[in-house]
Amino acid sequence: MSTLTPVLSDTWDAEQGWKLSTYAARGGYDALDAAFAMSPDDVITAVKDSGLRGRGGAGFPTGMKWSFIPQDNPKPKYLVVNADESEPGTCKDIPLMMGNPHVLVEGVIISSYAIRANKAFIYIRGEVVHVIRRVQAAVAEAYAAGHLGKDIHGSGYDLDVVVHAGAGAYICGEETALLEGLEGRRGQPRLRPPFPAVAGLYASPTVINNVESIASVPAIVKNGAAWFASMGTEKSKGHGIFSLSGHVARPGQYEAPLGITLRELLDLAGGGRAGHQLKFWTPGGSSTPLLTAEHLDVPLDFEGVGAVGSMLGTRALQIFDETVCVVRAVLRWTEFYKHESCGKCTPCREGTWWLVQALTRLEHGQGSEADLDQLLDQCDNILGRSFCALGDGATSPISSSIAHFRDEYLAHLTHGGCPFDPARSTAWAGREVTA
Amino acid sequence: MATNQLDDTTLAELREIAARYPEARSGLLPMLHLVQSAQGRITPEGIEACAAILDISPAEVSGVATFYTMYKRHGVGDYHVGVCTNTLCAVMGGDEIFARLKEHLEIGNDEVAVQRQGDSRTVSLEHIECNAACDYAPVVMVNWEFMDNQTPESAVQMVEALRAGHEVSSTRGPRLCTWREAERVLAGFPDGRVDEGPTAGEASLAGLRIARERGWTAPDPAQTPAVEAKESEA
Repeated sequence: MSTLTPVLSDTWDAEQGWKLSTYAARGGYDALDAAFAMSPDDVITAVKDSGLRGRGGAGFPTGMKWSFIPQDNPKPKYLVVNADESEPGTCKDIPLMMGNPHVLVEGVIISSYAIRANKAFIYIRGEVVHVIRRVQAAVAEAYAAGHLGKDIHGSGYDLDVVVHAGAGAYICGEETALLEGLEGRRGQPRLRPPFPAVAGLYASPTVINNVESIASVPAIVKNGAAWFASMGTEKSKGHGIFSLSGHVARPGQYEAPLGITLRELLDLAGGGRAGHQLKFWTPGGSSTPLLTAEHLDVPLDFEGVGAVGSMLGTRALQIFDETVCVVRAVLRWTEFYKHESCGKCTPCREGTWWLVQALTRLEHGQGSEADLDQLLDQCDNILGRSFCALGDGATSPISSSIAHFRDEYLAHLTHGGCPFDPARSTAWAGREVTA
Repeated sequence: MATNQLDDTTLAELREIAARYPEARSGLLPMLHLVQSAQGRITPEGIEACAAILDISPAEVSGVATFYTMYKRHGVGDYHVGVCTNTLCAVMGGDEIFARLKEHLEIGNDEVAVQRQGDSRTVSLEHIECNAACDYAPVVMVNWEFMDNQTPESAVQMVEALRAGHEVSSTRGPRLCTWREAERVLAGFPDGRVDEGPTAGEASLAGLRIARERGWTAPDPAQTPAVEAKESEA
C-alpha cells in the first residue's frame, strides 16, 4: 500500500503559500546555498543520481538532458520552463504555480546554475491570469531578496528570469513550438535534429523542462539524490502529482510515489460515483491510450503503464463511468486535435480533419463496420509521420477505444445514433435523481 | 467599435516589453497582449506599431496574431466567458452550460451579447479547450480567471451579475477585472491583485488533507540510506 508523499504540494494548505515569507519559513531557498557549495557538474550528477525523469509526459531523464548541453559552445545557454500546461486532463502545474511558485523559482535558479545559464524563461500559457500573477510576484520577491540578479548569495553567479505569457495554443506545449512562440513566431514545431540542447532558443544550447521537473530539483539538492530515489519504483523514481478528475467522489491532486495504482488512488479519493462503475480512463492525458477497469492494478510508473500499451504521460487520470459514451468522448478529443493542429505537416493537418469527419458519421450512426477499419487505417497514416507528436496523440484515443469498445461503435450503427443519455454523466445528475 | 489610438505611454511600454528579451522579437506575444489591453482587440494600428518596433513586416506580425486563439480581431465583452467543452468538462456538464449560456445570452460561439438597457457591462461567450482545472469540472473561465464547479444555473447567475456591474470573484482567485485589464497583466504589468484568493482550491488540497489526517509525509531525509558519497566527493 502506497502512502501519499506531499513535497511540492506541502505548502498548499499554508496561509499565503505563494509568499516568499511562507516559503522561507519552511526552509525555502536553503537548497540554493547547498547548490552553490557544489560545482555545476556535481548538481547535474545529483539530479542524474536521483533518477528524476521529466514530469511533462515524456519521462526523459532530467540530469541526462542537462548533461547534453555542450559547455564548450561559446553561445549563451538558456533554461526554458515549459509551463504551458494544456494536455486535456492535466491540471497539476497550475495549482503548483498558484500555491507554491517559489519552489519553481528556486528550482529555476539551481537548474540554470547547473547548466550555466544566466537567463531563464518561464513560459506560462496565457489563459491562467492568476497563476501568472503569482509567478510574476514570486520572481519579483526573489529579486528583492537577492535570490535573483547579480552575484546571487555572494556566489558570483548571475541569473535573470523572465515570465512570459503565451497566447492560446496547445501546440506550444511541444518544446520546439514553445521556442518558436518564445521567439515571437507562430508556434510550429521544428524538425529535430538539431535538438534544443544544441540549437534551441536563438539557436543556442537550451534546456526545456516541465514545471514539476524543475520544482523537484530543490528538494533533491537539499535532501539528497538517495532521498528522492527512495520513493517510487526501480526505474521511475521519486514523487509525482497525480490528478484525478471526472467521475470520482473527491477529484483533485494526490502527490504520491510513482508506481501507485489507480485502485489505491481511487480508494483515497472515495471511489467513483455511488452506484456506478469505472468504464475507461486516461493514465496521462488524452494523448495516452485509454485503459479500462482491467488496468486498476497497473503500477503508475513509466514502465508499468507502457507494458499495458499506454503511457504514464502527465499522470492526468480522467475517470469516466458507464454512463459515458466512448464515441462521444473520443470525437470531442479528436475535434480538439483538429483545432490545435498547427498546420505545418500534412498528415496531421489533413488527417485530423478526416478523423473528425469519420467519427462524426459514426456517432450519428451512419456508415458501416468497414468505416471502423478505415478509421484505423487513417490513424496508421498519421502516426509517426509528422514533426511532432500531436498527430500521434490524436490517434491514441481512437485506436485504443476501438480496441476496447468496438461493440459500442457498432451499437451506434445498429441504434441509428448514440444510445447514451448525456444528462446521466453530468456533475449534477445524481442530485436530480435523488431529489 | 471605436478604439483609442495608441498613445505614447503604450508605445513606450511596447518598447519596454521588447527590451526584456535578448532578441526583441521575443516580446511579440506580450506586446500583442498589450495592444489588446489598450485597444480592445488586435487592430491594424497595433500590428503596425509592433512591426515598426521590432523591425519586421506587418504581415509577419499578422501571421502571429492569427495563429494564437487569445488574440481577437473583433472586440469581446468587458467579461469574456469561456466554457470548457473539451471531453472531461463536456461530459461533466460543460456542454449543457454552454448551450444554456448561448440560449440565455441569445448569441453563438465567439460573439458579444447585446448590452440591454440597464446593463453596465458587456459579456461575450466562447467555448474553450482544456484550461488545466479538470478536478474542478465543469469549468468556466471569465477573463481567464477560474470559475470552478459550475452548473447551468450558476453560470447564468454569474453572467447576469457581471452585466449588472456587480463585483464577482473567481472561485480560486481575485475579484474579476475587465478583459482589457487582464490583458495588461499578461503583457507583464502586474495589477496588485496577486494576494487575493486562496493558496489552493479544495480539489487541489484533496490529497494533502488525507496526508495530514493520516500523518503521511515524504520520507525523512535523515532516515534515507547514505549513498551520496559519490556525488559529494568532488
